[in-house]
Amino acid sequence: MAYTLKINGRSQTVDVDDDTPLLWVLRDVLGMMGTKFGCGMALCGACTVHLDGQPVRSCITTVDSVGTGEITTIEAIGRTPAGQRIQQAWIDLEVPQCGYCQSGQIMSAAALLAANPRPTDTDIDDAMSGNICRCGTYVRIREGIKRAAAGGSGRTGG
Amino acid sequence: MAQTAGNKAGEQVPTRRDIIRAGVGAGGALFVVFGIPSIAKVVQADAGATARPAPAPAPAPAAAAGPPFMPSGFVRIDPAGTVTLTMPQVEMGQGTYTSMPMLIAEELEVELSQVKLAAAPADDKLYGNPLIGFQVTGGSTSVRGFFKPLRVAGATAREMLIAGAAKTWGVDPASCRAEKGVVVHDASGRRAPYGELVATAAAVAVPTDVKLKDPKSFKLIGTSARRLDVADKTTGRAQFGIDVRLPGLLIATVAASPVIGGKLRSVDDTAAKAVKGVRQIVRLEDAVAVVADHMGAARKGLAALAIVWDEGANAKVGTADVVATLQAATTQSGVVAERKGDVDAAMAAAAKTVEAVYELPFLAHTTMEPMNCTVHLRKDACDLWVGSQVVSRARATAADVTGLPPERIAVHNHLLGGGFGRRLEIDFVTQAVQIAKQVDAPVKVVWSREEDIQHDIYRPYYVDRLKAGLDAGGRPSAFHHRVTGSSIMARWVPAYFKDGLDADAVDGAAGPYDFDNLLVDYVRREPPAGLLTGWWRGVGVTHNAFMVESFIDELAQAAGREPIDYRRALLARQPRARAVLDLVAEKAGWGAPMPKGRGRGVALLFGFGTYVAQVAEVDVSPKGEVRVSRVVCAVDCGITINPDTVRAQMEGGIVYGLTAALYGEITLKNGRVEQSNFDNYQALRINEVPAIEVHIVSSLEEPGGIGEPGTSGIAPALVNAIYAATGKRLRKLPIDGRQLAAT
Repeated sequence: MAYTLKINGRSQTVDVDDDTPLLWVLRDVLGMMGTKFGCGMALCGACTVHLDGQPVRSCITTVDSVGTGEITTIEAIGRTPAGQRIQQAWIDLEVPQCGYCQSGQIMSAAALLAANPRPTDTDIDDAMSGNICRCGTYVRIREGIKRAAAGGSGRTGG
Repeated sequence: MAQTAGNKAGEQVPTRRDIIRAGVGAGGALFVVFGIPSIAKVVQADAGATARPAPAPAPAPAAAAGPPFMPSGFVRIDPAGTVTLTMPQVEMGQGTYTSMPMLIAEELEVELSQVKLAAAPADDKLYGNPLIGFQVTGGSTSVRGFFKPLRVAGATAREMLIAGAAKTWGVDPASCRAEKGVVVHDASGRRAPYGELVATAAAVAVPTDVKLKDPKSFKLIGTSARRLDVADKTTGRAQFGIDVRLPGLLIATVAASPVIGGKLRSVDDTAAKAVKGVRQIVRLEDAVAVVADHMGAARKGLAALAIVWDEGANAKVGTADVVATLQAATTQSGVVAERKGDVDAAMAAAAKTVEAVYELPFLAHTTMEPMNCTVHLRKDACDLWVGSQVVSRARATAADVTGLPPERIAVHNHLLGGGFGRRLEIDFVTQAVQIAKQVDAPVKVVWSREEDIQHDIYRPYYVDRLKAGLDAGGRPSAFHHRVTGSSIMARWVPAYFKDGLDADAVDGAAGPYDFDNLLVDYVRREPPAGLLTGWWRGVGVTHNAFMVESFIDELAQAAGREPIDYRRALLARQPRARAVLDLVAEKAGWGAPMPKGRGRGVALLFGFGTYVAQVAEVDVSPKGEVRVSRVVCAVDCGITINPDTVRAQMEGGIVYGLTAALYGEITLKNGRVEQSNFDNYQALRINEVPAIEVHIVSSLEEPGGIGEPGTSGIAPALVNAIYAATGKRLRKLPIDGRQLAAT
């Protein structure tokens, strides 16, 4: 059936089965390729998007569960203060290698920073351990989050 | 900002035909640039590759009229001044899309921010890897293979641009110089951007003896120049093969026989066809594909199929069968790979002998981007969109399956969402083209993670036997390493499998040490038919470093010696190996006391032209839980192109190797791979990652590879650290914590 979704501030209508994961609506129906497929079972985090600011795994988020929630994807995360700072830190530290998981990493990190402007190492572990990176960029991901947090000193996150 | 436009579908890349049309480079320059060794020609023939280029996509409109200047397959300058560098090697995270441009830009005298990158089309002649012989990105060969050819390509183009300017100005070329994409004549103050010189440079005879810079005067090489692919990889704009969009594109997903080697018997697709968005069910000999409007429908359709498989000969095969075969084989003598002195006599005369058998499991790769390939097959042509480490082989298999001549097949290569050796295979390309033969539209075939893990081409299972004789002083007077496992070379490049010997399987089998009496032999045993083994990051060196560095630690223990001193004594003629060992010892604080339950372990290796020493620190709980808290790495890779890339590759390589050491194991039951997704084939996560320190030795030696050596040494450093912490020696991976629990 038809669903009208709010994605990155725009309303988009799609006609798919109610149990279709949001990931495929974004990628194959709407052509937004920044959100990635990694496992299909919420085990790797590559498909992370924000639903009302909360990180969710779009591979198991069915289209009928989204309702009127605001979806934000990697294509628009740079418009938020936390997302912008995370992206800049990623560039400064050259975090990505193959880069495939990084949309999901950035979405998880931006959600963390928006909710917690001064994350500790434990906070980072808790927020980021759902995101796998097979290139092993974790050392720089941790540094990147800390840099983005420090860069936002005196301001509240996203 | 530099762009990595070349990874986008339809990007124009120069082909051999273009270059010939441009009137330069068809003769001398190409041969200077592509000095392929003789072995390479044999390999190339085996690969079934052809010298002819894929049809060129329609040229992009140039901002200024006239043909571009293309003195080689690597450099293209159009009249508007755009400098496009065509990348012979693919980018899978290892930094080639920065290191390769750095090599060209250093001599071409352009800024990295001025260049645009394009992915090479399938063409072994133009883009063959000089170290391997055809178009391959693997074996940590990119910088080693292209260090000279790409600098020659840059210098050749620069000299021709200077000659063109000098002719226009009527001055001596020697009085001109190039900087930042401009030819300058200092005496007159005249300047000409490269774009203005395209026509005159193209008319200049191609120089065959360009002089390369002395490494001491490099301006760009050796700096941590910014990666050219990072910006797009932080915004979701980077295009991987799986991201291709085409008009009318359909999406397919596949189930191959869960029993390895099994065939499709029958399938009831009634329920699948009723799924909204499902268009078609495709039957292959050993698989079924569901073709749909989107992946959600394809996956739902696949789940709704009722498939009956003909399980075939492997229906009862289990891991134990494979291991029993290898264990029996390792007691038999093998094909001699290396022999020095007289091992038998030295072993007989030894004061003490030590023997141990080590085992490494089958491993999957689990690249984050699952296998995928997009195919648009028409009556007389075929286009592929893929991320491949072997572009010309992708074309060759498409030619085989379709019956089209290779020149009618265009491969549009993309950024790879991880390679690790998995994308050195073309099985998923072959399958995608087979599916496309039955689909009257462009079709993107995407594997599920389950399919990716259960139909990988696995790192071989190895069972190696090592034996040493120690003299009265504890030094190994005899060293014997028998490698037992399948041969990747025999399947993948038969030309490198000679007289029963697989050169990769025994690579690094004696470590970097000086042994007076040495024997390395190899016993080949293949797993059941249909279970293929292939390259995995670090290849032979990773396997052998685990065996050798574990065993050297056991020898030090048997000799009552400290592990680093013991190794140092075997490196009298290996100054670079000794230097990385000393450096890692110093930086790791080797020898400083550690609390109970904690330990340090070291490993040293030479591989891919690079020396690496690593020290791991571990904490083993009374329950046997292993936590790696710190890894210190010293690396001597000769001339460093980009130090930050070296650090990144060591960091990432260590994580990849630790993942395998702690978790990696593919097992078989009833002919099926038991693992299926990241819950039961785990990857290291951020909360488990140690602090990693990388120290680079400054060197002007020939460049070594850096993609794989970081992975190769970490498993033995880890088991050696566990031994130091617990007194328990693990001879099999992955780490089994139950063996470490306090009793």
